[in-house]
Amino acid sequence: MANVGDILEGKGICICAGSGGVGKTTTSAAIAVGMAARGLKVCVLTIDPAKRLADSLGLKELGNEARQVDPALFATQSVEIEGELWAMMLDAKATFDELVARQAPDEESRDRVLGNRIYQQISNALAGSQEYMAMEKLFELHTEGRFDLLVLDTPPTRNALDFLDAPRRLMQFIEGRSLRVFMRPTGLAAKVAGRGASVALSVFKRIVGFDLLADLAEFFNAFSGMVDGFQARAKRVNSLLADRRTCFLVVCGPQGEPVDEAVYFHRKLVEAKLPFGGVIVNKVHYPAERLRGDGGDLGKTLVEKLGDEDLAGRVAENFADYQALAERDATNIERLARELRTSGVIRVPYLDEDVHDLAGLAEINRYLFASNEQREAIAAGRA
Amino acid sequence: MAENLWSISIDPDESMREYVLLQLKVRAMRDMLFRSRIFNYLAAATPGLKELVTIGKIWELAQPNRKVKQGREYDLVIVDAPATGHGIGFLQTPRTFAAIARVGPIHSQAQQLDRLITNQKNTGVAIVALPEEMPVNESAALEHDLRTDVGVAVDRVYMNGLYPERFSNEEAERLVRLAEGENGSVRAAARAALSEHNRARSQRAQLARLRRRVEAPVKTLPFLFEPELGAEAARQLAKRLG
Repeated sequence: MANVGDILEGKGICICAGSGGVGKTTTSAAIAVGMAARGLKVCVLTIDPAKRLADSLGLKELGNEARQVDPALFATQSVEIEGELWAMMLDAKATFDELVARQAPDEESRDRVLGNRIYQQISNALAGSQEYMAMEKLFELHTEGRFDLLVLDTPPTRNALDFLDAPRRLMQFIEGRSLRVFMRPTGLAAKVAGRGASVALSVFKRIVGFDLLADLAEFFNAFSGMVDGFQARAKRVNSLLADRRTCFLVVCGPQGEPVDEAVYFHRKLVEAKLPFGGVIVNKVHYPAERLRGDGGDLGKTLVEKLGDEDLAGRVAENFADYQALAERDATNIERLARELRTSGVIRVPYLDEDVHDLAGLAEINRYLFASNEQREAIAAGRA
Repeated sequence: MAENLWSISIDPDESMREYVLLQLKVRAMRDMLFRSRIFNYLAAATPGLKELVTIGKIWELAQPNRKVKQGREYDLVIVDAPATGHGIGFLQTPRTFAAIARVGPIHSQAQQLDRLITNQKNTGVAIVALPEEMPVNESAALEHDLRTDVGVAVDRVYMNGLYPERFSNEEAERLVRLAEGENGSVRAAARAALSEHNRARSQRAQLARLRRRVEAPVKTLPFLFEPELGAEAARQLAKRLG
């Protein structure tokens, strides 16, 4: 194996996961471009508020609705889009509002939830709501069936695990079953639940203020009619994630810490019985082409060829620095492959120019969709 | 960690405990509270409370008279904050919270924390950027949002991981010719030098963009060609910052 094209053969959903700062958004975009070039109708979703995806696809902005990327943009990069490429940026708040509107039994309960201050905080900012809404949007697009493949760029969580855990935590919060009982205005529940609970509640009330608690109670009451609908949906989202046509790709960098995180995230995927597809390592320092035992007197040869001792010294020093980084990367990647028990680590080299436009995407694309041999050959040519 | 240097990793659950301990003087009451499922549930469920107690802990660390027993007194507290997307929300937590909890002790404490963050004499943000197109864009946007939305002082922007400029343009041309005429390690070394030259040059362009786009003074930190960065690397970088 393997390249991204083979890994995603027959898949309907590709989820790119990993910690922040490893080039996840760019990778997601490049994967979508590559699959669209292979004739599929592809939609790439991002949650990144930094407009990275829009920038890299040459779009001014992206909205909560999918937008088609002009294939002519890629023609100049000699990438032919035979299928269709669509892109959207998730608006977590708008998606949450739509979801509430869909699940609410009537207009009044809808308005009660949308107008609740706790709800407004959660839908805007609560940790986990972006992740939850990303899953939700993914599910919605999948159900509509407009696309052959959906590529999801997950939010930049500090810990990649949060992404899997957040929706569950948010659901628990929304359910709030035990809490609703305690906060009924009658106060009857306090008696039922015993002294411990009632004291805990009153202390909490004293610390955070009564009106906050009242808002929370109101929130849970307003939501109570929708909990079952939310739960049923969450269950379907979970089975979609575990489906064999779904594929998780772990994206990381070659340094020790990102590799540790990738290993950890892979373990969590396996534990959760979610389908792992492969790992992509970005910004790898490739070792220079295989040296034929002439490395020993490189310094001397350089002086001879350049006729400039000072310059030759700097070239040799620079080369040694790069080789050291290449060795580190190779060691880390070996460890990664061993821990993940896969031979299919896809390495994308550290390019001379940083990747932020279509030309960069097209270049990354060549690596993602090349065979191992092709990749080595391209890298050797540039080393 | 070293002379006059300590480190702490803030655990929100532990901070929550500590906070409640400071609020409640009666021991039996505290024990009951921590054992109570409902309290733990409420604490976890209240939006922003975790972030709030985290900032509260930072505030507590920075107090001249520490509230925590036998707390050390620090002249300076440095916080490694969440990444751009989450960072703004994190710093805005106290204000948001003060708005949700309109009265009560937590309301006034949240206001106090907000004053700590926006006190430009005592608190400042340093933005750390990489010499690449998108990080530069994001840093400029971040500075703007921090100044206008949060109202916090942005004292400095660090451009991190800057490659050295080892070769001049004229030397690069010579290396291009060398790479074309050679094989093996000489060619590889020449190509590596050219890669370095290109990266260093494109990074300088990003540095210039950053300087144009942010108001705060920009300082640079070199890329260290070390396989893993440890304490020694931190010392090297510290020297650069003087």
